[in-house]
Formats: sequence, structure tokens, C-alpha cells
Amino acid sequence: MSARLEAVPDASRELYRELVLRHAREPHNFGRLPAASHSAEGVNTLCGDRLALYLEVSAEGRIDAIRFDGTGCAISLASASLMTQAVGQQPVAHALSLSARFCTALSTGDELEEATLAALSAVRRYPSRVRCATLAWHTLERALASSAVATE
Amino acid sequence: MNTLPDSRYDTTAVLDVRDDFPLLAQTSNGQPLAYLDSAASAQQPASVIDTVRRYHENDHANVHRGVHTLSHRATAAYEGARDSIRGFVNAASRREIVLTKGTTEAINLVAQSFVRPILGPGDKIVISHMEHHANIVPWQIVCEQTGAALVVAPIDEHGELHLDALYSLLDESVRLLGIAHVSNALGTVNPVAEINAEARARGIPVLVDGAQGVPHAPVDVCELGCDFYAFSGHKMFGPTGTGVLYGREALLEAMPPYQGGGDMILEVRFDGTTYNELPYKFEAGTPNIAGIVGLGAAIDYLENIGMARIGAHEQLLLADMTAQLGDIDGVRLIGTAGHKASVQSFVVDGIHPHDLGTLLDQQGIAVRTGHHCAMPVMQFFDVPGTTRASLAVYNSTDDVDRLIHGLKRAIRMFR
Repeated sequence: MSARLEAVPDASRELYRELVLRHAREPHNFGRLPAASHSAEGVNTLCGDRLALYLEVSAEGRIDAIRFDGTGCAISLASASLMTQAVGQQPVAHALSLSARFCTALSTGDELEEATLAALSAVRRYPSRVRCATLAWHTLERALASSAVATE
Repeated sequence: MNTLPDSRYDTTAVLDVRDDFPLLAQTSNGQPLAYLDSAASAQQPASVIDTVRRYHENDHANVHRGVHTLSHRATAAYEGARDSIRGFVNAASRREIVLTKGTTEAINLVAQSFVRPILGPGDKIVISHMEHHANIVPWQIVCEQTGAALVVAPIDEHGELHLDALYSLLDESVRLLGIAHVSNALGTVNPVAEINAEARARGIPVLVDGAQGVPHAPVDVCELGCDFYAFSGHKMFGPTGTGVLYGREALLEAMPPYQGGGDMILEVRFDGTTYNELPYKFEAGTPNIAGIVGLGAAIDYLENIGMARIGAHEQLLLADMTAQLGDIDGVRLIGTAGHKASVQSFVVDGIHPHDLGTLLDQQGIAVRTGHHCAMPVMQFFDVPGTTRASLAVYNSTDDVDRLIHGLKRAIRMFR
């Protein structure tokens, strides 16, 4: 445990794990994709934050590239960053099933086998923040539905 | 519990009424609750809670209807509250006090009953850039309905109105000016007496959104020269679902009803209905009787202390909170007008307001985070949202110090 974190309450440390803070400070796959085949914009109506998601989906239904940009809190930025890592290079069907499992886990408390995504599972104890964590995933679902591309 | 040995304060001006508010006795996440979100909704003193309970236990029936004893008592309590409200804002007549479910309904009432019948293409409604959505969207709707235009008066980097720019917009095509008494996001107190006079000189009626005005200082609608003044009960320590539209009698008299139904009529026939007299013409359906009775008790509570003393107490705390916030590295104050109510918005480098709100909440400190239903204000200052601490009669130096301490802890975690 770093000295820096010792000053903060335990409950906050559970939510703002080092992994989450790291992804929030330096998100992976941040930016745009000029040649995106799919895109969508998500808005968190609670705070007005916006997240734009860009994907390149192959004819075989694989997510070849994924990027996002926008503004957000640490939870939404980390969630988007972790999501792009989890679904990049994956079949669309896998991404959609992962999205369903992730969002369900935040409402039901089911354990997630993916350790990095499970880093966000404490969000379920902060009901007003669940939408921050699910924004990227709901935007992904909308982006994938935005154009008729083979999804296996 | 709020002893104030602190030399920062003029202890004779600081109030100690926290114990009047039962909710504030609780702990939140293991800490005593520091409630700094009164601009969103204020807590209720025991006298309000007890009044509402006693009303339900002893006096409830429908108002203005029954010949039985309970209905008389309920009507007396409800109409007694209207008289208290009239006195609280110094309206000339109880006929000018229309009871609503909140500021939002009061503004919509004016938009639809007063403005819509006189509005057409080429006409304008003027508002300011610092308005709450409740003083924006009703005007957008009525403009869409009529083909009129909504014009926005600018603010500056302190969150103050450009008064000259505002007045230059007030030409003969303007049918109404809608302006906040106090900005909910910035705390700016607008010079509404002067604005009302300037508009009056041009023959333009003004609606003042007083939701954030009434909790902080004495309001006298005659002295301010108001045509319409709208406010909410829950921002002034009363129940939610209660609000008031003050309107000058001549204006209200000429307006058609807003909603139709029971209580707003004298006689209903299929060949024509006669509307009730003021203010009942605008009060269709069974109102929030218990809530309004509770609002009357809230006014008794405020008048007992005195609005001027409450304002002085808040100003002392505000000055201290603003100075301490400004001393923290990386904190940018949003809303630095010369004349402010006890509301301070701020942003912190590298910490999103939502994360800060959660980190403060974990330490028992309740603040508002986000756009505060004033998204154009956020757009003006180019921030996604702010953290807002708002102070009320029950806050203390301890609450301010807790905020500062909690904020420094949050910053240490995120940097």
C-alpha cells in the first residue's frame, strides 16, 4: 500500500483501486478511429458526461480496433479503458455477452471471472455511480447495433 | 455542540440551531453528517415535521369543500399558511399568493397562462445565461408553441450579469423577462429591484425565479417591484411538493386558468363554466394540504430567528469557506460575483466532480456534484460539472472545516 493512499478511508480505497486510478489517469485506446465502421455516443444524464466510441468491425464480425474519447469521472474513464482492452480483437458476440455479464454483475453482485473487470465490482455498493461504470458498455451495445454488420 | 471559540467568527452573529433539525443528528458513513447541499433541498426543523404530523393526526380533510368540522380545520390551517406566506414576502393581498407544487410549476403556469396568449412570431422572451433549467425550458416550450424567440443575456467570468447588455436586449418585441434572484449554480445575487425597474420602464413584465432567493435573505416583493416571483417550499426548510407563485393581482386577474378541475370553478355547466376568484382560479384539484401547512410552520421558524440574522450567519460562513477553498492548490472557484448567497461551486484539477462527491460522501460530507440543472452555466465556464457546497442556517464552522479537510484528503488520493 502506497503512503499516498493511507490517508483515505478504506471504503473509498475499495472503489478507487490502484488499477482503476491508473486506467483513469492514462486510459488505454483513448482517441478516435477515422475509419470506424461503427460508432455511438453515450451521455450520463446524471452528470452530463459524454463518451464517444469508435469501432472497426471486420466482415467476419470481429472487433479489429476500438477507441473512445470524451470526458468523465475516474469510474467511467477506467471502465471504458478496461472495456476496450477486454473486447478488442474479440468477436462481436463475445463482446455482447461480456457486456451483459458485466452490467448484470453490477446489479446482482455476481462475481466476474475477468479479474480486471472485477476491479470495478465495488461500484455496486454506490448506486448513484453504477451508471458511470456501465456507460461505456451501453454505448458499445448501441454502437454495435448502429449498422448492419455480420455479427456471427 | 456548535461551540465557536474560533476567532475567525463574530460569534454574536453565528447561529447555533443544528439541534432543531433531527436529521442532522445522524452519522453518515461513520462520521457526523456535514450537510452542505441545502441549495438542492434543505432539511426540515422539528417544528415543521411535528406540524405536518399533527395535521395528519388531527385535522386532515379536503379543503374548501366539506361542511364538517375537520374540513373547516384543514381549510383554516391551509389558508392560514397562505396568510403566512403573504406576510413572508410582503404581498399586498392573499389573492396574489398562488400555491403550486414548486417553483417549476409556478414558472410553467406563467409561461402558459400569461405569456402564451400574448406571444407570437417576432416576439421575444429574454432570460439570462445563469438560469436553472426550470427558468429555461418552459420558455423554450412556449416559444416552440408560438414561433417566438428566446434570447439569452450574457454573464461574465465572475458569474455576474452584463446589466447593460441585458437592458439593451429589452426592446419593444420583448413580452417577458425571466431572471433568477440568486443563481443556484453560482450563488450570484442579481440586482432584481433595479432590473424590475428597468423592465417596468420599458413596459416589460418580469418573472423572478426566487427558489434560491427566499432561503437566504428577506424578500419583499413590493420593494423589489416584482410582477411575478416564484419559489419552492423545500429550499426554505418546508416540505417538498410545495411552492408559491406571487403575481401582481391585475396580471393574475387577466390570465386564463392554467389547469382545469375541481376547486378552480364557481359553477360548471356544459354550456359554460365560471372560474373561481383569485387565487383559487389557479389551484385546480386537491392541493398538497399537509405540505403547505408545513411550509407555514417553516415560515414561522424562519421569522422567529429572522431572515436578516440568517443571512448574516450564512455570509460569515461563506466568506470563510470561500477563502479556505481558494487557498487550496488546484481548486478553481466557479462563481465569484461581488454579491453572493451562501453557495460556492468549484472544480479541482485532475478530479472529476463525481469522484470528489463520492470521496467526500465517504467522509460524511454531503455536497452536490454535476451540472446543477444549469448546463448552460457549465458550458460557459467550460467544465463538465462542478462540486457545489451550499450553506444554510444550521451549518457551522465545523462543517466548513470538514469540507476543507475532506477535500484535501481526496486530492492526496488522486494525485
